[in-house]
Amino acid sequence: MQNAGRAWVFGDNIDTDQLAPGIYMKRPIEEIARHCLEAADPHFAGSVGQGDIVVGGRNFGMGSSREQAPQALRHLGVSAVLAPSFGGIFYRNALNLGLLALVCPEAGKITAGDRIALEPENGKVHNLTRNEIYACEPIPMHLTELVRAGGLVPYLERRRAS
Amino acid sequence: MPQTLAEKIIARAAARASVRPGEIVTCRVDLAMMHDSGGPRRIKPILEKLGAKVWDPDKVVIISDHYVPAIDAESAAILDLTRKWAAANGIARFYDMQGICHVVLPERGHLRPGMFAVGGDSHSPTGGAFGCFMFGVGATEMAGIVVTGETWLKVPETIRIDWSGKLSAGVCAKDVMLALCAKLGMDGGDYQVVQFVGDMIAALPMAERMTMCNMAAELGAQTGIIAADDMTAAHIARLGGEAIDPREWQGDDDARYRETHRFDAAALAPQVAPPPSPANAEPVEAHKGERIDMAYIGACTGAKLVDLKMAAKVLKGRRVADGARLMVAPASRRETATAAADGTLATLLDAGAIMLPSGCGACAGYGTGVLAEDEVCISTTARNFKGRMGARSAQIFLASPYTVAAAAVAGEIRDPREFMH
Repeated sequence: MQNAGRAWVFGDNIDTDQLAPGIYMKRPIEEIARHCLEAADPHFAGSVGQGDIVVGGRNFGMGSSREQAPQALRHLGVSAVLAPSFGGIFYRNALNLGLLALVCPEAGKITAGDRIALEPENGKVHNLTRNEIYACEPIPMHLTELVRAGGLVPYLERRRAS
Repeated sequence: MPQTLAEKIIARAAARASVRPGEIVTCRVDLAMMHDSGGPRRIKPILEKLGAKVWDPDKVVIISDHYVPAIDAESAAILDLTRKWAAANGIARFYDMQGICHVVLPERGHLRPGMFAVGGDSHSPTGGAFGCFMFGVGATEMAGIVVTGETWLKVPETIRIDWSGKLSAGVCAKDVMLALCAKLGMDGGDYQVVQFVGDMIAALPMAERMTMCNMAAELGAQTGIIAADDMTAAHIARLGGEAIDPREWQGDDDARYRETHRFDAAALAPQVAPPPSPANAEPVEAHKGERIDMAYIGACTGAKLVDLKMAAKVLKGRRVADGARLMVAPASRRETATAAADGTLATLLDAGAIMLPSGCGACAGYGTGVLAEDEVCISTTARNFKGRMGARSAQIFLASPYTVAAAAVAGEIRDPREFMH
């Protein structure tokens, strides 16, 4: 089981413009990250901690292909995003960038501030605050090596080295 | 085994006789398109880290559109990097400041039915209008594709969306897609393929078919697709492309579709989607009288020549209302030239339109024409998320070029059909 992190809970259809606002897109990731999700929660970027977990509603990360969306979360220390469903491009981008994205139909049971620990290989989400366990879909088989490597670039580095 | 059009294209790209939905396959990529925002600027450091080269420079197309023209030192540096990287990597198909990638790519004859293509932008499904399987990817994934020439796919199911009948005057593809967002939701496409069929679709010009497939992104589909027909073949021939046989890439009649949604085109009224979601779309009547500050005609979704002509139909002989501003950013330089030659631009200018450069502009808040706090905009673009076009509290209403032009003239949202006779 991974170390527990605090849950930050958001609603349905969180879009990439909220995760990485367009007006900051030409700036470095540090600055984009400072504005990550500010439209939904102005305190998020300043307060989220290393290892914390973002819990979304349906269709988390819908919209643009900009990978600064998952990159900003990762930059802020977020270790995983749990949601009942994801925008398709966001999901691919997150795993490619080494941010764990787990499809968790019961994510809605998690409340802000709950301590959450993950067992992605076994498809389990532990809510330590409520003493509950939720099922999540395991990472697709063909992507486990990519996720283990920490994303597409380190995965390709390994593949090219061998 | 009977196959849908998308399955046939994926099977061909995966060097397989057939594929089944849900299977994970690796596909060879026929074409990879990127722009200045997610392109060289982001993939250059990855390629350097990997010590890798572009797998096939002839299969890469680069189109600068997000930061054009440069508005400050940062955007100038991004464009400079894009130009230098394209030159250094032998990318012959580099289109600098020629318009929005999704419009320039087919305009320059790069899309043909049956292609398996990727684009570094979420509106890449636009290519589906040409019978391609084309979907959007992020920059890291694009870097991987540019190095290996391949990518993975979970074979999607195909959802058929069947529109029969005739759209009434003043109603167009943009209204159709907004209505579909409202009916099916922003995840109604479930990262599957939406295939548009029916006699209404068959009658749509190519540019309107592009609008349909473009907004498959707003349905949360992996892509949208329309099977090629004689119109596709004639269009490609007109653009100087190699002749195509539209019968070559068609789905089988007895293929398995997840579902088929049927709609009656004649019953559709002009649509308006209030913020913050395209899925909020309703008939224009519901928002009649909403005062606007800016009317924006722009983006891959809503500023092709066909869109400019729709706006001109409403604007002809009229003036933009006092207190409102109409900004027009045509989708490409070629479309601008055609609109200048055929009188469309003159109609827009006579009405008081302010012309902006061809590019993504205000649509994603990257370029010129962005909104101030609390301003109200009606726009032909595809997204009205919070902060999308500038300030966070700005309100964006999405609509067709007809409806946006009508609002510009009235200073408030109105049914465009009042202005069309």
